Amino acid sequence: MRKAELAMASVMGIFSLYLMWKSAELPIGWIPEEGPGGGAWPFWLSAIMLISCILIIVNWYRKKSPPSQSEEAFMDQGSMIAVGLVAGSLIFTVALFYVVGVYGALPLFMIFYVRFLGRHSWPVTAMMATASPVLTFFFFDILLKITLPKGLPIIEETIFYPLFKIFL
Amino acid sequence: MVEIVTQLWGGFLVAFEPLNLMLIILGCTVGLFIGAMPGLGSVNGVAILLPLTFLVPPTGAIIFLAAIYYGAMYGGAISSIMLGIPGASTAVATTFDGRPLAKLGMADKALTAAAVASFVGGSISVVLFTFFAPPLAHVALTFGAPEEFSLMMLAFATFVGLGGDDIPKTIFSICIGLVLSAVGLDIISGEPRLVFGDIPGFMHGINFLVLAIGIYGIGEMLWTVEENYKAGGKSMMSDATITVARTISNLKELMGTWKTALMGSFLGYFVGILPAAGATPGSLMSYGIAKQISKNPEKFGKGALDGVVAPEAANNAASTGSMLPMLTLGIPGSPTTAILLGGMVIWGLEPGPRLFTDHGDFVWGLIASLYAANLFAVIINIAFIPAFIWVLKLPFTLLAPIIFLLCLIGGYAPTRDMHDLWLMIIFGIVGYLMRKLDYPLAPAVLAIVLGPLAEPALRQSLLISNGEFSIFFNRPFSGPIMISALILLFLPLLKPLWNLVKKSKAKA
Repeated sequence: MRKAELAMASVMGIFSLYLMWKSAELPIGWIPEEGPGGGAWPFWLSAIMLISCILIIVNWYRKKSPPSQSEEAFMDQGSMIAVGLVAGSLIFTVALFYVVGVYGALPLFMIFYVRFLGRHSWPVTAMMATASPVLTFFFFDILLKITLPKGLPIIEETIFYPLFKIFL
Repeated sequence: MVEIVTQLWGGFLVAFEPLNLMLIILGCTVGLFIGAMPGLGSVNGVAILLPLTFLVPPTGAIIFLAAIYYGAMYGGAISSIMLGIPGASTAVATTFDGRPLAKLGMADKALTAAAVASFVGGSISVVLFTFFAPPLAHVALTFGAPEEFSLMMLAFATFVGLGGDDIPKTIFSICIGLVLSAVGLDIISGEPRLVFGDIPGFMHGINFLVLAIGIYGIGEMLWTVEENYKAGGKSMMSDATITVARTISNLKELMGTWKTALMGSFLGYFVGILPAAGATPGSLMSYGIAKQISKNPEKFGKGALDGVVAPEAANNAASTGSMLPMLTLGIPGSPTTAILLGGMVIWGLEPGPRLFTDHGDFVWGLIASLYAANLFAVIINIAFIPAFIWVLKLPFTLLAPIIFLLCLIGGYAPTRDMHDLWLMIIFGIVGYLMRKLDYPLAPAVLAIVLGPLAEPALRQSLLISNGEFSIFFNRPFSGPIMISALILLFLPLLKPLWNLVKKSKAKA
């Protein structure tokens, strides 16, 4: 936990410096007749972020904050696998939106989560994998008219155009 | 006074016409469910259903939209409490204590508190609306950019002074939220600002929901996945139950929060009146002040009932308040009232002082329908609490994918940009890591919500004063607010000094 505290403060400190540099692409001082330049607000806020990160590192050195006193591991192997699998499956699902759309990716996500992570029975898995895209489609695409990603154009043309013709 | 009561009675006769009454009940129910969806709030509900209102007369139309607005304000608390994901910016502050209460198995208490507080806020504000509309609108107009900036400073300072978290981490969290809110086009020069890697998705800025759902949805769920793993898969989202006896006991406990409810209602109503402020700053400020005046500020953020009551009373009161400048001056106080205003113009009604005289039946019908909508919304909300509790009792491995699904759709819906979905996942993972290291995340969400209001207020103030910061101190309303904010900001420094003085006195 101590190492993680230092690593996070250092990364955030570097990120603050980057933000200061990026903000300075616009004027950060006073412009006559216009007031503060466009970069002033984010620049000075990033400077305060940097000072905060330095103070977090000082507190880490003086062992003032609970994570800097902790000798525990930041994450054990089991937790890392559990969290990694979930985060990874989410990333994979969003990537699939480009190819098979929300309605192709959701059933796969449900099958992975409910069956393989949750170890529920196949009937429960099948119900979740079918109900979630159907309900989502009718609530968002049809009722609220919020068009969710459909994936490749061929999927939209062959599956969703006929559905829209029926329900809209 | 007699004239107002007579006109209000006439308004009730309009509101209780069968068609209008049906529209109120339908609007409250639809609004409740739209508000309960992460990513969708009253603004979405009103915008989506605006075209339907052309099928009914203008009075029925505004009554329907106002009922959706009210229902959604009630519904916003539901996803904040049950899932820990603020459905809309107005419900961000409800997450701070509503979610911990649900985790402690007291979701029923939090949901009841939110419903009752919303009812109190709505009722008080509608009475204020009826009797004190014109003078309050006049006071609200004296609030300029310096006062607005000072109010926001007070909200941030509350987190630093009374948050009880690590101070450098709290300040970092506030600043990163404010910087992220500055991404996009500079509001004055129109130039691109902080567009990382020239990725076009950053040009439209970072929607607060992307950060809020990332941190409170994805991040919180990853945290729960870890806790669930450590508990051997036995930990549930919540072990809440609801019985008549529990509800009575909850209501009794709620009686103890009447002061907070009153404070939230009056504050929310007044902030709601301020042009361009609305329910979000109202609820956040109410939460901050409730914490300040509480005898147990350390309980806030860990499941304090006052922490649910304060923002919920305020956001409902503000939603009524924000209708005041819309009707009397033609200035919308919130995005939702901006759409209502658009609707009124389409129906051929011109908002402004003459509206009350030229279209009295419309205005008083609307005011009376607010009383009715408030009553129906609380009844419908309480009636659905057992159903919400039932959802919470589902096994974690069934509930978690549903929540992730809602997060993905909620993150996509506001801008319909895949870029925002990726950003949300990044915020979720970074938020999860920061949470493990005790970085408070609520200030970051508060900051990204208030940032787009705070920066223009600061820049306009400095432009008025030609760069003099004294403008924040020498105005009658702004001065005391800014001084209070500075005292709170330096409170953590003053506390050790005070302890030293006390120690040296004791030794002497």
